[in-house]
Amino acid sequence: MKPAPFTYHRARSVSGAVGLLAELGDDAKVIAGGQSLVAMMNFRLARPEHLIDIARIPGLDAIEREDGAALRIGALVTHHAVETADLGPGFRLLPDAMRWIGHLPIRTRGTVGGSLAHADATAEWCLLAVLLDARIVAEGPAGRREIAAADFFQGVFTTALEPDELIVEVVFPRPAPRSALTEFAERKGDFAIVAAAVDLDAARIVLGGVGPVPLRVPRAEAALAAGAAPAEVGAVAAEEIDVRDEPGVSAHYRRGLTRTLVARACEEAQL
Amino acid sequence: MTGGAVTGPRFRRDGAWVGASVPRREDPRLLAGRGRFVDDITLPGMLHAQFVRSTVAHGWIRAVDLDEVRAVPGVVAAFSAADLALGDITALLDRPPHEFVPTSMPVLARDKVRFVGEPVAIVIARDPYAAEDGVEAAVVEYEELEPVVGDTAALADGAPLVHAEAPRNTLVDVSLFATEGIDEVFAEAPCVVRVRSKTGRQNALPLETRGVVASWDDRDEQLHVKTNTQIPHQVRTVLARCAGLDEKQVRVTVPDMGGGFGQKCVVGREEIAAAAAALRLRRPVKWIEDRRDALTAAFLAREQRYDVRAAFDADGRILALDADVVCDMGAYSCYPFTAGIEPLMASAEMPSVYRVPAYRVRGRAVTTNKAPTGPYRGVSRPQYVMVVERLMERAARELGLDPVEIRRRNVITVFPYTGVNGITYDPGSYRESLELCERVLREEGWYDLRDTGRVIGIGYACFSERTGYGSGAFAQRRMQVVPGFDISEIRMDVSGTVSVTTGTMSHGQSHETTMAQLVADRLGLDIAQVKVVQGDTDRITYGFGSFASRSITIGGSAVAAAAEKLGAQLKEIAAHLMEVDVDACELDGDGGVRLRDDPDRRLSFAELADVAYLRAHLLPKGVGPGLSATASFDVPGDGTFSNATHGVVVELDPGTGGVEILRYVCVEDCGVAINPKVVDGQCRGGIAQGIAGALFEQVTYDAAGQPLAPSLMEYKVPTASEIPDIAIHHLETPCAFTANGAKGAGEGGTIGAPAAVLNAVNDALRDTGVELDDTPIAREAVFRALEAHRG
Amino acid sequence: MAEIQLIELTVNGERHDLAVEPRRTLADVLRHDLGLTGTHVGCEHGICGACTVLVDGAPVRACLVFAAQVEDADIRTVESLAAPDGTLSDLQQEFSAHHGLQCGFCTPGFLMLAEGFLAERPDATKEEIREVVASNLCRCTGYQTIVEAVDACAARRRNA
Repeated sequence: MKPAPFTYHRARSVSGAVGLLAELGDDAKVIAGGQSLVAMMNFRLARPEHLIDIARIPGLDAIEREDGAALRIGALVTHHAVETADLGPGFRLLPDAMRWIGHLPIRTRGTVGGSLAHADATAEWCLLAVLLDARIVAEGPAGRREIAAADFFQGVFTTALEPDELIVEVVFPRPAPRSALTEFAERKGDFAIVAAAVDLDAARIVLGGVGPVPLRVPRAEAALAAGAAPAEVGAVAAEEIDVRDEPGVSAHYRRGLTRTLVARACEEAQL
Repeated sequence: MTGGAVTGPRFRRDGAWVGASVPRREDPRLLAGRGRFVDDITLPGMLHAQFVRSTVAHGWIRAVDLDEVRAVPGVVAAFSAADLALGDITALLDRPPHEFVPTSMPVLARDKVRFVGEPVAIVIARDPYAAEDGVEAAVVEYEELEPVVGDTAALADGAPLVHAEAPRNTLVDVSLFATEGIDEVFAEAPCVVRVRSKTGRQNALPLETRGVVASWDDRDEQLHVKTNTQIPHQVRTVLARCAGLDEKQVRVTVPDMGGGFGQKCVVGREEIAAAAAALRLRRPVKWIEDRRDALTAAFLAREQRYDVRAAFDADGRILALDADVVCDMGAYSCYPFTAGIEPLMASAEMPSVYRVPAYRVRGRAVTTNKAPTGPYRGVSRPQYVMVVERLMERAARELGLDPVEIRRRNVITVFPYTGVNGITYDPGSYRESLELCERVLREEGWYDLRDTGRVIGIGYACFSERTGYGSGAFAQRRMQVVPGFDISEIRMDVSGTVSVTTGTMSHGQSHETTMAQLVADRLGLDIAQVKVVQGDTDRITYGFGSFASRSITIGGSAVAAAAEKLGAQLKEIAAHLMEVDVDACELDGDGGVRLRDDPDRRLSFAELADVAYLRAHLLPKGVGPGLSATASFDVPGDGTFSNATHGVVVELDPGTGGVEILRYVCVEDCGVAINPKVVDGQCRGGIAQGIAGALFEQVTYDAAGQPLAPSLMEYKVPTASEIPDIAIHHLETPCAFTANGAKGAGEGGTIGAPAAVLNAVNDALRDTGVELDDTPIAREAVFRALEAHRG
Repeated sequence: MAEIQLIELTVNGERHDLAVEPRRTLADVLRHDLGLTGTHVGCEHGICGACTVLVDGAPVRACLVFAAQVEDADIRTVESLAAPDGTLSDLQQEFSAHHGLQCGFCTPGFLMLAEGFLAERPDATKEEIREVVASNLCRCTGYQTIVEAVDACAARRRNA
């Protein structure tokens, strides 16, 4: 389980990284914390010829709370930095959600930007981004642009990022004082079989593990907006998703987990 | 008894080492990062091996092309089976052809591959990275055959044959005992219950994977193999045979070992291939198994199917047991145990701790296109105990009896007891452990919690474990290698300190401490003055290592006997020097010999050793120079049985099917504990592995025989969040024939946990009408059971 | 021939200049290039935690980091815990006292995990300690005694 050879590049600036990406094309891969990428490289499931290390780029590791209540998190901020940050009552969800991400030694290296770019459909940051209408700020050769989370996740491990774009920041535009994220896996720290995130004020529900990307469930959201009880909201969500039997997890079970977790997230969000 | 507390009586004489929780002598180096594991060894000019492995489950090898491999930068050599021309590894049972079909395991696959991950060629390179580059460049052409990926498929009419010589893919098929009139007993019994159970394939998963550093030494004219094996001499014997060497040309030494749990007590192909490559290249070769290979191509265990009926009378007394056991042993028979290891264990010992008057069993090993299986902590006992304990609880339910009460009516209480299986059980505390375990859970209030609306269940497992299988026990299995005895040599040096050898091989069990405790008591020394020598075939006559909870019972008894012989020698010399009769002398407990009636007259061991080595002219007539002794030990009769009862409280989550263990109580009896803290560690660690089997771990394959759990993401080893604190209560029924009355303690935890957990889950499901008998327990099955019940 | 890169690593306060392939993981560089074999490798995909070391004080999987990524960082391995004369640290002593190790293979990873965690959270509760201990795998102990050892060390430091 040793990775294939590659050339290592250390980027000193965003423009430098973007320049390398543009130059090296598909053979290059960005590494920040590397907590998913290096494991895949050790299995030789990923074998980039060039690795562009962005971890030393200055200015990407800040957490800022703007006056208008928006929260800006730099791409290189680690899960653990968020876990231990005081983001104010409106954003308590983010530190709370971090305890679902792997384990401490993964959270000390893994980054917000890396998690979004990797785009695992059960990853907490991906759910949170969709739940909270986050805007992903990416920089490419043509400059910066903001991508709405709703448009960012396009398929299994696929995002709206261009090959020569780099995530520099994620913006959470509004606080969510009554929100929660919960998951189920047999073993703590594992990727969830189903994950559910709820923002009561926005009447927003996002699910992980039920599709190729983090999914909203509009009918359940409508029920939530109409004041339905948590159990009922969960039941609607469970009906609404389109899932199939898979080895070890039937569609029926996935629906059941969805029903339970949505209801529990709704209850937790009220606390 | 709260949390993970330990309670119970303890044998300990004042001043004795045995019975004391002496701090482990292994700890300081391991804690400082100064242990020496096999991958920590680097030799000058050392090369690194990795294996080209089969990508198909079943197929003919049509071509192996390694030319491109040899062209990869950093690659030094690459060998296929034809290049190395090694003998096969063959394990045999002395049974007739209808009971056992011998098959061979080539070191590298020659003409056929039988599982995904089977080694086909070995690549030798400058470093492990280049070795993997080389592996990727290999071109192997297969003509794929239909794979056999389960026991049912293996036994089906017209199934493809994994080994041409084994019809119906059956390697072992024994029908045993068949008590006369057993069918009538079932026909007339007022209560007959049946359990059909399938248990998941597991990986023993020592955290240190397998590995070897092999090098040829021209001066010693020896191939020196440093490898993490549980049985060093066995590697020497098999390697010498495969490579056509004399055993004096092979030295096997074992560095620190990161666990084994049975997986490292069979001979693997990779260490033989790496050693052969070192021999060929005359350069040191290291092979360290990576985790993907460890998960897919190492020896696995435990995939078994049971169909068992039990007949009871109206009072809940068991009348008969009728069992059919099929074990999916994968592609090859393991050395030395053969594919019979699991079915023969289950067949011989299934009656467990109960007075079963009539018994019939058919045990089979089938071969399939999966990684082969070997021993894993408990060997079949976690499975058959689970089935028998399910039968007990099911019968209790049918008869309206309390589950503890039905066991109380059936456990063996008079010892020695000779069972319907022909095995004689030495004294144990079966009923006492059961009653104490229940009392603890009742007094702690768990039974009250059971009626509060939460989904809570309580389950038990009452069982024994034969520890210390001697030559007789293995001969009964008709193994052609009978790993029963152990030999120990003890030597006192000029300074009066002692080295003692053991043929056992500690890989976490603390033998450097516990064996020294045995010697220290026998000679009246501090353990700091005792050095335990293990894991070196040049220094140890022969031994069968550590497995089957044999180390303290067999190895420890040999060590103690050798120490006693040395003590007698010391007394003889002292008596001569002090001019008294030897009976007037005794060991003084402080490193010397004194006169019984005049304790102030003494000679220290250093003074005696000085005479024995440096002034031999002073020795008594007929006593040769030097101070050393050899002793061996084999187990009389059927061995000694440790026993335990485990009690578990679980809570189920109806919303997810989640299973949480709220309480775990273990009441165990392993006779006299040499080092109680070490015994506690064995219990807790064993239970953790048993819980893993009950709730988490499973090796699965797709229909093409491709492994579905190639990483620790899929193979779910539980963590501190899943394993609860475990309360341990000790009972003590000493063994009559081992040193200090110790019984083995290595496997009991693993044996009891699956049964107790499964019973607890079923107790929690008591109102649903659903009973679950398979492991690992599927959360979805729990979810569905509770969902259907609630409507 | 694969590309070679010059890197500078600071391990246990000592500076090292190395010429290695960039694909070499920190775990392999520590073990095989610097001879610090106390750090063990158990899975090479970040699950078992046997290779846990401290990077700038934080516990990190050395198998999921290329050595080239941690130039300029302060790296600490298990070899740094005991005093130069071999006296074990309080944490190491508690592991022994609680029988928190059997085969000892996972132990360096747990020690560095706990060392990093307790430095950040000296007041951690036993439940918090258990959750962090769940980061790594041990196959021998069943974890209880590891949790107890770390908890005892935390208490000892608080009372010191």
